[in-house]
Amino acid sequence: MSDPIMTINNLNFYYQGDVHAVKNMSLEIRRNQITALIGPSGCGKTTFLRCFNRMHDLYPGHRYEGEIRYEGGNLLERKDITELRSRIGMVFQKPTPFPMSIFDNVAYGLKLKGIKNRAELTDRVEQALKQAALWEESKDRLKQSANSLSGGQQQRLVIARALAAEPDILLFDEPTSALDPVSTSKIEELMVQLKQDITLLIVTHNMQQAARISDRTAFMYMGELIEIDDTETMFTNPKQKLTEEYITGRFG
Amino acid sequence: MTEIAKRKIVNTFALSLACAAAALGLFWLIFILADVLRHGIAFITPELFLNEAAPPGMEGGGLKHAFIGQLLITFFAVLIGIPLGILGGTYLAEYGRHHWLGRLISTLSDIMISVPSIVIGTFVYAIFVKPIGHFSGYAGALALAIIMIPVVLRTTEEMIALVPWEIREAAFALGAPYYKVILQVVYRGAATGIFTGILLAIARIAGETAPLLFTSFNNMFLTTNMNEPMPSLTVTIYQYAMGPYDDWHEMAWAASFVITLFILGLTILGRIIIRWKYKH
Amino acid sequence: MASTIKREQTLDKLFSTITFSAAFLVLAIIVSIFASLFKESLTAIETFGFFGFISSTAWDPVREVFGAATTLYGTLVTTLLALAMAIPVSLGIAIFLTELCPKFLKPIFSTAIELLAAIPSIIYGMWGLFTFAPLMVEYVEPLLQDLFGPIPIIGQLFTGVPLGIDILTTSIILSIMITPFIASIVRDTFNLTPVQLKESAYGIGATRWEVIKDVIIPYSKAGIFGSVIIAMGRALGETMAVAFVLGNKHAIATSLFDASATITVTLANEFTEADSDLYLSALFYLALILLGMNFLLLAIAKTFLARKKKV
Repeated sequence: MSDPIMTINNLNFYYQGDVHAVKNMSLEIRRNQITALIGPSGCGKTTFLRCFNRMHDLYPGHRYEGEIRYEGGNLLERKDITELRSRIGMVFQKPTPFPMSIFDNVAYGLKLKGIKNRAELTDRVEQALKQAALWEESKDRLKQSANSLSGGQQQRLVIARALAAEPDILLFDEPTSALDPVSTSKIEELMVQLKQDITLLIVTHNMQQAARISDRTAFMYMGELIEIDDTETMFTNPKQKLTEEYITGRFG
Repeated sequence: MTEIAKRKIVNTFALSLACAAAALGLFWLIFILADVLRHGIAFITPELFLNEAAPPGMEGGGLKHAFIGQLLITFFAVLIGIPLGILGGTYLAEYGRHHWLGRLISTLSDIMISVPSIVIGTFVYAIFVKPIGHFSGYAGALALAIIMIPVVLRTTEEMIALVPWEIREAAFALGAPYYKVILQVVYRGAATGIFTGILLAIARIAGETAPLLFTSFNNMFLTTNMNEPMPSLTVTIYQYAMGPYDDWHEMAWAASFVITLFILGLTILGRIIIRWKYKH
Repeated sequence: MASTIKREQTLDKLFSTITFSAAFLVLAIIVSIFASLFKESLTAIETFGFFGFISSTAWDPVREVFGAATTLYGTLVTTLLALAMAIPVSLGIAIFLTELCPKFLKPIFSTAIELLAAIPSIIYGMWGLFTFAPLMVEYVEPLLQDLFGPIPIIGQLFTGVPLGIDILTTSIILSIMITPFIASIVRDTFNLTPVQLKESAYGIGATRWEVIKDVIIPYSKAGIFGSVIIAMGRALGETMAVAFVLGNKHAIATSLFDASATITVTLANEFTEADSDLYLSALFYLALILLGMNFLLLAIAKTFLARKKKV
């Protein structure tokens, strides 16, 4: 059992117009584990995920309450959001390659950090691409536009880009829902490998995926945390009736 | 200084420049409008609208002849340009929507919208003024109509394309022939948009000067005969502003004020209608 | 029953033919513009040729020797200077509108920029002649002369007596006129940048400016390029604003404070005064060249903007 990297205490989140999207959530995120967030669409799991890298701060009218304890402070009160985001990376549903070459995409976060040394950049880009299992497919075409990659490759490129910045935590928002089954299994394999180095949080609507790869699973419903437990326990012996109904496919 | 602090400074600096650019744009708008207002409003008098031009250098002239000429030229331009524009736009969005010729005409219209208006003036001179042998109000109206047609055509096409296809299918399902679907259903759905397009097209031609210089030319006297050279507000502004007399300059400012007010009024009205219509 | 159907078919055919004719008219007009300008230019084309015409700096109605070099030069110089000033400002405005402007201000500010585009060019001309040019003479041009005059080479650009009726004044006014065009097209293409793409750049810790510079602008390259070309076409063909403040001097200007002439100004001032067939034909030739340049530019811009839409 690993120690918590983040502790969420009584977290509430409101969108513009006081829409209460995350209600009083308290849980721990454990280091070097994959935590899956499941629940029917509109239950607030993506909203919850976007609290961790303060993505909501880009839009007006949002409001956080409560606490996410991280690195000895409340993440929600941090002023250095830009720096925070380079420590807590994010991968989106659709691949989001930037309009530049494969190499520049991966190097982007490093350049932001002020790394200009060509040798170091080359080194770390290679390392990140290897980590994301994209190196073999891309090493001969690093100068090509990232748009020349297939959808699954693009998603691994985006993961490599996030990894290059050496984050603590990676947030995944339904990272495989736009991909075919082969690409999906490659990404899943990758995520399992990655937890040796980092902590992963994944929002998914695919319960098999949660069952396959996660260590712990949290079930959310209508903005509230219904239950969180070890994935195995959760899927074999849920404590809440609602959880059981959801994972057996009775609603959602 | 740390890397992050440096980046934050660059960020603040660049974003401040963007704000400054926006302020500059706003500054020019206010500067120009305030200037036209300040100079123009003092010379808005009843005589301006009621009197015809006085002989050069004499007091007490007005611009009645130019106002009437402007209205007549615009009226005839609208009469020619709008029906043709709407019908053409209808073809592009309906019968010809998948036809290569339709696509080509749509693209060419876009290009034609940007053809310098003075070139249209030389064209009308070549095909109309020169064969007939004299300048005329009709020639001016023709030049403005040619400028209007692609504008009305493209907005009509776009507005009609916004009408959902299902609505047409519903009408077809009731057994309506295509032309009735267009006339009775599609036009009704696109009416506000087409109307706005017409407003904006009128705003566009109301300020045109260059294409009138060698078509309707100018005239210091009141005329309602479209077959004669005809004065317009814009050409009069040009002539008066470049002329040597102070009261000419004053009248040029007054006319500028009226035209600016008219055009900006139409533009704002168009925007309001669009916003109101497509809000929901 | 059968006859009703027959009648409806006829009416439908009729309506489609009418609409087709109206659309076809656009094509016909464009072809006849080219054809008639070419026909009218023929005398001048036969007399001066093409390269001979565009490379000759002569413009002498008395001796009937005409060349397009001075007006082409004036047209290109004022247009390029206007673009150089307008592009950074327009990008700034587009950035402000898409990324910085508070939501409630957006419609107001957008309308303001559109109004700037709606002001007719004759008003820009009036304002330029009576308000802006005097300001240039009194404050801006002497200041520029003091600042840059002593510098070798660059100083050459600021020689002469500042009269306000010159290339600099014209270019500034042109740049104000084309700024809203570039800004509104660029704003629209900026808005097409997928939100997730922006968020993922923020997600690795990019600042707002870095997201703009590294993601939004590269993503919008084709749109920016297209808008600049469209604005260029507009500046090339602008007549009235330029006619008021450029003077009409057929010479190759070497200073920003020199008067000059563009194709449009020459047409506006001389068309009705042309007293010989060759003179008029040379003016039509200028119009044809302007039309050709404009058409080419717009066709390029359309290709770029269309490609962007497909992606």
